[in-house]
Amino acid sequence: MNKIEIKDFNFFYGKNRVIRNFNLNIEANKITSIFGPANSGTTTLLCCLNRFCDLNNEARYSGDILIDGKSIFAPKVSVTALRRRVGMVFEVPTPLPMSIFDNVSYGLRLLHVKRKQRIPEIVEMSLRQAALWDEVKNRLNFPAASLSGGQQQRMCIARILALEPDVLLIDRACSGLDPISTAKIEGSLMRLKKQMTIVISPHNIQQANRISECVVFMQKGEWVEKITDFRI
Amino acid sequence: MNLNISEKIAKTVVWIASLGMFGVLTSIVAFILFKGLPAISWSFLTQMPEKMGREGGIASPIAGTFLVTVPAVLIAMPFGIGTAFYLAEYTKGGIITRAVRFSAESLAGIPSIVYGLFGFIFFVVKLNLGWSILSGSLTLAIMILPTIIRTSEVAISSVPKTYKEVSYSLGATKWQTIRLTVIPSAVRGIAIGVILAIGRCVSETAALILTAGSVLGMPDSLLSSGRTMAVHFYLLATEGISPERAFGTAALLIITVFFINVVANTLIERLFKRVGR
Repeated sequence: MNKIEIKDFNFFYGKNRVIRNFNLNIEANKITSIFGPANSGTTTLLCCLNRFCDLNNEARYSGDILIDGKSIFAPKVSVTALRRRVGMVFEVPTPLPMSIFDNVSYGLRLLHVKRKQRIPEIVEMSLRQAALWDEVKNRLNFPAASLSGGQQQRMCIARILALEPDVLLIDRACSGLDPISTAKIEGSLMRLKKQMTIVISPHNIQQANRISECVVFMQKGEWVEKITDFRI
Repeated sequence: MNLNISEKIAKTVVWIASLGMFGVLTSIVAFILFKGLPAISWSFLTQMPEKMGREGGIASPIAGTFLVTVPAVLIAMPFGIGTAFYLAEYTKGGIITRAVRFSAESLAGIPSIVYGLFGFIFFVVKLNLGWSILSGSLTLAIMILPTIIRTSEVAISSVPKTYKEVSYSLGATKWQTIRLTVIPSAVRGIAIGVILAIGRCVSETAALILTAGSVLGMPDSLLSSGRTMAVHFYLLATEGISPERAFGTAALLIITVFFINVVANTLIERLFKRVGR
């Protein structure tokens, strides 16, 4: 079943066309890797899937992206709701200047969750899913910046998992991390794919090989090849 | 030149510069406190001035300072901080934005006596408020606006872009992002601007002599004339009325500004306990 359908999609920053005539179907409950050399548009493509690109004033697009059969660019779509459904983890860990607990519960607090007592429960569950709970359970009130880089990145994953997204976008989230953190993150993703669709821009081809069922190659913004059952 | 030697020279130069600055600053404060503290006593703080300030205390200038400064800051803060948020977050940079920013920058450099003249013509005469605490407050509010706008805008725009991006990526609206991420990160910088503005109000003389007058009595409403400590000090010193009481007032001014700084900093520390830096 196709979760995401990208149709004749073009994307521009000003006059610069970053994505060219892109067509792709992404299947539900699988890990799809989008792989390409630097500046090939993989990050931009991920950013388009939750309309994060809208934040750039010069962004323009043509074509369409459908999630569950509905266009994400339709005028009625709530961008904030879309971004909760389609969560994004950035290349560089980005802790907010607050405690670990406040970081993970940030998205929940935006929702005015009335049942405040559920927040600690969801925070714990998210941190467990991101394989970080055991390392931080005794210091949830510590500043998030006191965590190591790998822990920060797992916290960022927990932060988005707290919102229970359908789709998880991971942009080179393991570049610059130690092998143990990388292994933990990859393990979490393998478990999470039962609940959600994961699109990752892996930082090397070995990672794509380890975790994903389907690899899409792109270059200079263009679709090159899609390989299912990928093994090197 | 040997790297070691240039390193030492650089270190010596900055050391001498900071030592010199520290020396000048402390000697000024020490001089005023040395001259002024003996004049300060409980009766000096609580009694009304007598014989044009030659005798008695400075109860009415203390009240005047408070009554002029508080409304001025309360009026200028919402407008100033609001404008700063507009400039830093809401505008994409057009003619209006540049005009607002340019006028704020220009207004910051105008001598206070010009504000005084404007306040005199507009508030005192045109709006018929007379020489009053209210005219003085309104004039000072306009005078401190540029300070608050500039410092707040710098504080707001120095919040890292990634914080905002993360907030948006978690489904926050613009206002939620500002409230939960931008304000807690920028509040210190904004507070520094407000403290500077309070300092300018407390130490202002020229603009106030033209708008609030210099009546020595205790002001009984915002519409009565009155003088602040700074004006009192200016008149005592320039007219040679009482150098001891002038220094007493000056010492109290310094203590007041110091006190405001400490209180404001503790308050911010309490309200926005910040973690993560």
